[in-house]
Amino acid sequence: MALTLHINGRSVDVDAAPDTPLLWVLRDELGLTGAKFGCGMGLCGVCTVHVAGEPVRACLTPLAAVQGKSITTIEAAGEGRIGRAVQSAWLALGVAQCGYCQAGQIMSAVALLRATPQPSDDQIDAAMAGNLCRCGTYPRIRAAIHQAAQQLRETP
Amino acid sequence: MTEQHDALERAHGVTRRTVLKGVVAGALVLCLHESGQIALAGTASRKYGVDAEPGGAVENPLVFVAIHPDDTVTITVARPEMGQGIRTSMALVVADELEAEWPRLRVVQAPGDQARYGNQDTDGSRSMRHFFGPMRRVGAAARMMLESAAAAHWGVPVSEVHAEAQQLWHRASGRHLSYGDLAQAAAREAVPDPQRVRLKSPEQFRYIGKLSTRAIDGADIVAGRARYGIDTRLEGMLYAVVARPAVLGGRLIDYDARAALAVPGVVRVVEIAAHPLPAQAYPLGGVAVLARNTWAAIKGREALKIRWHDGANASFDSQRFEGQLEQAVRRPAEVVRNDGDALSALQAAPRRIEAEYYLPFLAHASMEPPAATARIVAGHCEVWAPVQDPQGTRDLITGLLGMKESDVTVNVTLLGGAFGRKSLGDFAGEAAVLSKAMGGTPVKVMWTREDDIRHDYYQAVAMERLEAVLGPDGLPLAWLHRSASPTEDATFVAGAEGEDSSEYGMGMINIPYRIPNIRLEIPKVPAYTRIGWFRSVYNIAHGFAIQSFIDELAHAAGRDPREYQLSLLGPDRRIDPRTLSDQWNYGESPRRYPLDTGRWRAVIERATREAGWGRALPKGRGLGLAATYSFMSYAAAVVEVEVDRSGRIAVPRVDIAFDCGPQVNPDRVRAQLEGACIMGLTVAKHGAITFKDGRVQQSNFNDYPLLRLPEAPREIHVHVQQAGFEVPLGGVGEPGMPPIAPAFANAIFAATGQRIRHLPVGESVSRT
Ligand code: FES
Ligand code: FES
Repeated sequence: MALTLHINGRSVDVDAAPDTPLLWVLRDELGLTGAKFGCGMGLCGVCTVHVAGEPVRACLTPLAAVQGKSITTIEAAGEGRIGRAVQSAWLALGVAQCGYCQAGQIMSAVALLRATPQPSDDQIDAAMAGNLCRCGTYPRIRAAIHQAAQQLRETP
Repeated sequence: MTEQHDALERAHGVTRRTVLKGVVAGALVLCLHESGQIALAGTASRKYGVDAEPGGAVENPLVFVAIHPDDTVTITVARPEMGQGIRTSMALVVADELEAEWPRLRVVQAPGDQARYGNQDTDGSRSMRHFFGPMRRVGAAARMMLESAAAAHWGVPVSEVHAEAQQLWHRASGRHLSYGDLAQAAAREAVPDPQRVRLKSPEQFRYIGKLSTRAIDGADIVAGRARYGIDTRLEGMLYAVVARPAVLGGRLIDYDARAALAVPGVVRVVEIAAHPLPAQAYPLGGVAVLARNTWAAIKGREALKIRWHDGANASFDSQRFEGQLEQAVRRPAEVVRNDGDALSALQAAPRRIEAEYYLPFLAHASMEPPAATARIVAGHCEVWAPVQDPQGTRDLITGLLGMKESDVTVNVTLLGGAFGRKSLGDFAGEAAVLSKAMGGTPVKVMWTREDDIRHDYYQAVAMERLEAVLGPDGLPLAWLHRSASPTEDATFVAGAEGEDSSEYGMGMINIPYRIPNIRLEIPKVPAYTRIGWFRSVYNIAHGFAIQSFIDELAHAAGRDPREYQLSLLGPDRRIDPRTLSDQWNYGESPRRYPLDTGRWRAVIERATREAGWGRALPKGRGLGLAATYSFMSYAAAVVEVEVDRSGRIAVPRVDIAFDCGPQVNPDRVRAQLEGACIMGLTVAKHGAITFKDGRVQQSNFNDYPLLRLPEAPREIHVHVQQAGFEVPLGGVGEPGMPPIAPAFANAIFAATGQRIRHLPVGESVSRT
């Protein structure tokens, strides 16, 4: 069945059942492999993308739920001011180890900073609790979110 | 240099080992080791370090360095990247000696080919330990070839040519050329003898040991462009998901694929043959659903109706097994170290202290589950896989497909975490077998998280029993330790039982403590599942037990645990591990890598000082200390816990002091230690794989939880000891792990009086 999706500012037609999780359409049909697979159950956050500006787990989000809404994936995260700040803080602090979870971490961090420009540690903990990192980059994720927030504050 | 790589490599075929074949001096054969140190070779056949690894080290610059006419430099890294930063670290070592400019440098990942690249089996925290020297010589040799080419070009003596910042200079005349200008000519120069290359002195290093080097894959990672095993996409590729036997050794009776084939997108259902046990790295067998996309394959698998014969492991029950392990450690067993007469001392003692510690099976749960892609074109099988041992995977597939090695290429993608799981390429074998069944069509095999949790090569369960009697000074007079844990060997050799010498060599046999009577025993216990290697391996259980027990002894003696640890270590000395009955020493020379109790002492002092050991803490808070030696590195951790009234445990702070000798990439050393703290806390609090009826009972992160960000300590302080480059390198990836769980458990004791002997602890303890 053909559906139209709005992804990273483009409209694309996809041929898939409406209950197909967005993740597999992104990865398998559209070649947007930045969003990862980690659990398929909404437990790890490596598949996080934005739908209408909100972070969602693409592994659990059926196509039917995102039709007509604007979807942003990690591939376009750098097009926004917050996304750029987050990416550069991530690089400056060397957050990534294997890097596999980081697309999801960054998408969650961008959403956090959009809603809460100067988050406290507690707010970071709450917003990032759904994103697992087996390599253990959590301390640097916290620090990088603070750094991105500071950069956004200082260079409006 | 690119085009001439192969020819020149064949022509020169230089490896350091071929150059160094021994010198005969009288009746003694001398062999020159990695360190340049001469060892007597009554043990002439015994090789150490990289020389003992399959493929050894290759030091031909033409294999690793290519300079292009546009002045870009390509460095080939042969060791897989799994988050340890090796692509950056290895490249920066070569680049430094080469005088290459980091921004113009590209890294190419080598496919599995140990004959060409040297050893590629990336485990044991040894990539830098084994390749720092060889890769420096590679970079320096390439630089010397450029210098010779420049000298010839200008007609001046090579001594007047100088390389700096990717330029060649003739100072006297002010002439200079870029590396790119001379790339072709340099490739025709003779490759210098690796032992004669001029290396920089450490003060001249630009990248080695510096903090500022940009990670080679960093920008790709944050932009979502980095390619992992799961990300491979080939034209016409099919996606496969496999139903595997739930019980190790189980076999397919029959299956009904009709409903699966009716799922839109499903193309074929294919049986994968099971290999008889021992499992080795072979695919587990089962039924694969191949589809046009992953989702269809997953739905198709759900629709399969399969009957299995569960086989010999069908009654395995890990809870019952725990009881068997308990019995095993309460009976005498094979003695692997015996100093003095511990048994008599224990029998004679009025008061004996004894404790048993338990570590469950652990799953690696790297965030990227296993995934691999294969295709066969014109009789050549090409694979893309996130594997730690690409040559091992190539050998596996060569055997599975009945092909020649030269007809199998294993390309190594980035690994989305591995921690030992991806040392064995069973999942890549599945992809190859399925592609063959599909006439060579590209097939990507995807493991779901459930597949990963249920079909891992698990870290072995362990029961550790310790007994001691204390002398009048409170230090142990006698020490008995029995460690009952299935051996990883059983994955490869049917019926192998109990830890082997490398396994009890991990932090059990090589204790340097000043105890006159020591008896160490290894009960023979079987394996009923695939046992593998998990970051720091048997050090986890040994470290947990020994470091917890020392804390118990300190309290029994009424002494401060820190001061007790230092007394046990005694005066600073460098101990030949063979005198501790340790013949293994992580495969390293016992002379080059003695156990240095001074370095061990120093990390204890550093961690405790930095953590404020002894400071007053509010009720419910406590500090715990543990210190371990593994993979030639020393680590001491002080964990601070806070237990609230309901018993909930929080870890506000960890201090870890670490001595790995010199650091090639200091920021990645810190990152590995931060990661080890987090993973160590997961082991302490959360991780447990259990079996019932031969089946793993966990499935995903709901029942196999990992530490989440809110639980991560707000403060992790990494304190790395500085050392000069004359000190041999220690490992980095694993040795931060072993002290974390015991320091955590000891902190809970300090906070609550409750002794933790069974992992994982869970979210809370009862507060006394
Ligand atoms: S894959 Fe979507 S939350 Fe884990
Ligand atoms: S960086 Fe490896 S899982 Fe997060």
